[in-house]
Amino acid sequence: MSQKLRILTPVKRVLDYALKPRVNKTQTAVDIAGMKQSLNPFDEIAVEEAIRLREKHKDRVEDILAASIGPVKAQDCLRTAMAMGADRSAHIEVPESEAPEPLAVAKILKALVEKEGSNVVILGKQAIDDDSQQTGQMLAGLLGWSQATCAAEVKVEGDEILVTREVDGGTETVKAQLPIIITTDLRLNEPRFATLPNIMKAKKKPMQKLKPSDLNVEYKKSFELLKVQEPPTRQGGAKVGSVDEVVAKLKEAGVI
Amino acid sequence: MHMTTRKRKRKRVVTPLHHPGTCIEPRNIQVGGNYLHTPPPSQRHLPKRLQPAMLALRSAGLRASIHCFRLTASSRLLSTLAILEHRQGKWNANSLSALTAATQLGSGVTAFIAGSDAAKMGAEAAKFKGVEKVLTVENEEYDKGLPENFAPLVVENVKEGGFTHVIAAHTAFGKNTMPRVAALLDVGQVSDIVGVESEDTFRRPIYAGNAIATIKSLDSFKVITVRPSAFDPAGPPAESNAAPIESGKDPKTTSQTAWVSEQISTSARPDLGSAARVVSGGRGLKDKENFDKVITPLADALGAAIGASRAAVDAGYADNALQVGQTGKIVAPELYVAVGISGAIQHLAGMKDSKTIVAINKDADAPIFQVADIGLVGDLFTTVPELTEKIKQ
Repeated sequence: MSQKLRILTPVKRVLDYALKPRVNKTQTAVDIAGMKQSLNPFDEIAVEEAIRLREKHKDRVEDILAASIGPVKAQDCLRTAMAMGADRSAHIEVPESEAPEPLAVAKILKALVEKEGSNVVILGKQAIDDDSQQTGQMLAGLLGWSQATCAAEVKVEGDEILVTREVDGGTETVKAQLPIIITTDLRLNEPRFATLPNIMKAKKKPMQKLKPSDLNVEYKKSFELLKVQEPPTRQGGAKVGSVDEVVAKLKEAGVI
Repeated sequence: MHMTTRKRKRKRVVTPLHHPGTCIEPRNIQVGGNYLHTPPPSQRHLPKRLQPAMLALRSAGLRASIHCFRLTASSRLLSTLAILEHRQGKWNANSLSALTAATQLGSGVTAFIAGSDAAKMGAEAAKFKGVEKVLTVENEEYDKGLPENFAPLVVENVKEGGFTHVIAAHTAFGKNTMPRVAALLDVGQVSDIVGVESEDTFRRPIYAGNAIATIKSLDSFKVITVRPSAFDPAGPPAESNAAPIESGKDPKTTSQTAWVSEQISTSARPDLGSAARVVSGGRGLKDKENFDKVITPLADALGAAIGASRAAVDAGYADNALQVGQTGKIVAPELYVAVGISGAIQHLAGMKDSKTIVAINKDADAPIFQVADIGLVGDLFTTVPELTEKIKQ
């Protein structure tokens, strides 16, 4: 009998993707106070993929655990994940002011993986706020597990997991056995909407509340944020009336 | 109290890499449970300007201070390992940007090349400007760039060579492998830098390029990936430069993940990531047939690479690999022509550093016009063929 899958899907609460971030006046951070925050889009895809794995392999998936590291409000994201179909969740509380860096997140997740006996971790390929693209790979490195990043397709065949990855210029397929870390690309799936009955049910699903110290994780700071600036603005908006003018302007700019 | 604890801690430091007799005290830095020596023997001297300060401290008997001082000093003796990517005897042009960024760190640069063509590519790399040394590891196991064996390979060579910085381009390979390297070294990673302020301070875009963060790395080792469009690739090999080539360490770690197959779209067009001109199509093209009919001739006329918005890719008008944006390719060509693209922030994140942006869209309020240098409001099905004809003339 093939090994059961115990899936962990870490999720992050970030500024909603449709909103334009603004740098604060003191140039110390991006001002997100009072702005809508949602589940990181790539994490939504990760949760969806975990649920689809269960739908495809009913007997194989034993558990889907969603986890989030962050302030109390991150629990909203866990409720969303459970409304989509995760069985239960774990909230690791870290104050907003101490937003952990990817390496610290990977260390906390490693401890959680060991505590929960997870053997598949599905993460988003990047969080759309810090755009680091690191956590999944770091977690794989710390655990010494296989990694398949930027997944466009995940197939479970017996004890083997086949992942088609998006790479520069096309795709490549890799094969590994459990345990494995997978990070999701946009085209892996189309996440479902949580229906009202499922949102109601999610309120009753269990949520563990932990602190990094409960998991005996220690981490240090790797970076100091010195400054946050607006990117240089472009002088756009010069509209022309005809194709001839476009050509003339291109010639003037020496492009053609 | 404080001093004794520190001393005791350091006494326990034992390292297989430590060369006895080369320095009075071991200078080891703990990394991920392993002990490294930095810097390599040839660089174990304090810079001249620091020596008087050292003497003053020593005479004052401040041994603890000397210790701190040494750590600071040794961290200044930079040396960078730049990982270069190649495939079937050709350089990945994007990865050569890492070499340019490496030279900006103001340190000695060692180029690192692994794979079955390593010797041949290494000989070429020795001629690149700024390269002081080349390390090659010839082993076909590294051809596919699998992080499970490539990361331990990099880590082994960083330790052996006493490098302070490891740098690679933020390509599919760099994104996949470098964070694993960082985790094995127990340090953070600086992803996708667009500027080097100093040896430990870098600029990188966050929030889809809507803000630029300046961050200082506090770690003893810096693991960095470089945005290719922000640094020119290292120039063609010059005959005048001839760096020594050495064999790197090969830990021969096996990868538990196996490479199965790939589907890389091949075309005679310039590579999207490094093209000087890009023509991109969006949802406004309505279907794949139109995309090919309208975009391809214009790209041909300009000798440009073809790009696409996420909407066009999702709708199947163009291949995934052509997506320009926060989650696709980030380009900064001389000329970017956006056809039927509204200009969502995720798309702008991938192209707004282009030199000249031309937008053709029938919606005069489309956000793309806020960044376009030349904007034409009109039906792309008539204007683009007209433009193509006029460029050809």
